[in-house]
Amino acid sequence: MDRFVWASGLLEINETLVIQQRGVRLYDGDEKTKFDLGTVVLSTHRLLWREQKKHDCCIALLLSQIIFFEEQAAGIGKSAKIVVHLQPIPPNKEAGPYQSSKYSYIKLSFKEHGQIEFYRRLSEELSQKRWERISVSQPMQSPGRSQAGRVRAAGIVGIERKLEEKRKETDKNITEAFEDLSKLMKKAKEMVDLSKLIANKIKDKQGDISEDETIRFKSYLLSMGIANPVTRETHGSGTHYHMQLAKQLSGILQAPVEEQGGMMALTEVYCLTNRARGMELLSPEDLVNACKMFEALNLPMRLRIFDSGVMVVQLQSHNEDEMIASAVETVSERGFISSEEYAKLVGISVLLAKERLLLAEKVGHLCRDDSVESLRFYPNLFLTRD
Amino acid sequence: MSFEWPWQYNFPPFYSLQPNANTQHKQLAAWCSLVLSYLRHHKLYTIDVLEAQESPLFHNKKIQRKFPIEAIQVVLEELRKKGNLEWIDKSKTRCLIMWRRPEEWGKLVYQWVSKNAMTNSVFTFYELSNGDDTEGEEFHGLEEWLLLRALQFLQSERKAEIITLSDSKGVKFF
Repeated sequence: MDRFVWASGLLEINETLVIQQRGVRLYDGDEKTKFDLGTVVLSTHRLLWREQKKHDCCIALLLSQIIFFEEQAAGIGKSAKIVVHLQPIPPNKEAGPYQSSKYSYIKLSFKEHGQIEFYRRLSEELSQKRWERISVSQPMQSPGRSQAGRVRAAGIVGIERKLEEKRKETDKNITEAFEDLSKLMKKAKEMVDLSKLIANKIKDKQGDISEDETIRFKSYLLSMGIANPVTRETHGSGTHYHMQLAKQLSGILQAPVEEQGGMMALTEVYCLTNRARGMELLSPEDLVNACKMFEALNLPMRLRIFDSGVMVVQLQSHNEDEMIASAVETVSERGFISSEEYAKLVGISVLLAKERLLLAEKVGHLCRDDSVESLRFYPNLFLTRD
Repeated sequence: MSFEWPWQYNFPPFYSLQPNANTQHKQLAAWCSLVLSYLRHHKLYTIDVLEAQESPLFHNKKIQRKFPIEAIQVVLEELRKKGNLEWIDKSKTRCLIMWRRPEEWGKLVYQWVSKNAMTNSVFTFYELSNGDDTEGEEFHGLEEWLLLRALQFLQSERKAEIITLSDSKGVKFF
């Protein structure tokens, strides 16, 4: 912050306005400053900050003093920032709001957004360096002198120091970001607990709340997902983990699989499960391994692999013969059917519809007509007729 | 008399080789019998596979289905196994079709001979296949190569003897 000088707030001759943005707070390094609500103005020569209420309070910074700058993404309760790294103070600096500062960088915090465009224009200006070509009448430092300042900061030690600084900054940013994440996760768990509590309360006094509202609330709860998902952290790795996972899966899948007519493609299961788990996502591999456990654990689900390699989860009670019979019946009624039509008719995915028809073909109840139009299935008249 | 197509001819799946073994077996059987009866109706003895694919036999314009060439090969191979077909060239583009096998033809010819009490007489091949006496018989119009094979069969059964005459062949029945 000590690089800023008091300014009139007016642009000089030859100086052009590039972009301005309201609602910007200045940070001295990582600390907030009293310059908390203002308009930041980017000109071809300077970076100005003007207080939004009192227009006479205005400070400025030469663009030539900027070494580099970087974006800092917004977090929860945090505005997006642009971190601007500055050169050391030039010897004959004019008076400014800060006499000294322990930081060599400032931050612009964008409360009302606009940082993306601002960042773009700032990088344009810094690469064009228009302040070097068009000098202004104001007694600014000549570019030459600022160059001298840069030379002093250079050298191997200078570069090393800069790199170190940058590394530290990145480290900090990363830690901050992860802090946010873990906080969010903690909150998510609390939210689920809370919703569970409310759900129980609703159950207890059914009368107080209307049926419609209960249903809506329950649907919210459902989309909140599994309260305490089985994770590698809680259940270790390997078989035990997969066994526990299988048990949980069979619990949550029961209703949706039944709805789908007793069979669900593994991809759908994957999406559904991970949606329900929210934060503790499951890898496809773990899912397959857990599904393979269904049979050994005597759960009401089965992983079935079709000849084509398509994997589905189906209910154990799911009756294949019935399914084939219904497919054959549909085909006989309509004369012939393609898997797309069948999928639409029964309300399952095309993939599963095709598997069903192929299954019926395999046992000899259907036969195929593979023409240029599409693959259609017919009742197997070869076997039934004559 | 026009050719009467079997019901399968208008059944679209008839034109896709069925993956189910059981179904395919029935399908091929139907094709074999269709091919033989079609050729018999039109008194054809050779097939060019590519030409045949465009003929009404393998191409049903009404339902816009054409039997694919690979599937035709499967059917013809099936016929070869049954003894109704012989390839003319190695690349299997042309073949001889015997909708009656040589021994069956032989039997037919011999039946006619014995019915008309003409054993111990001599015939030229031309008399047998194109003569006035055989008019109305099934083997009337039989191509010479096939007739020769039929008579060769009879010869091996000692019911006939093939005699080579100056410009044509003859046969004596016993």
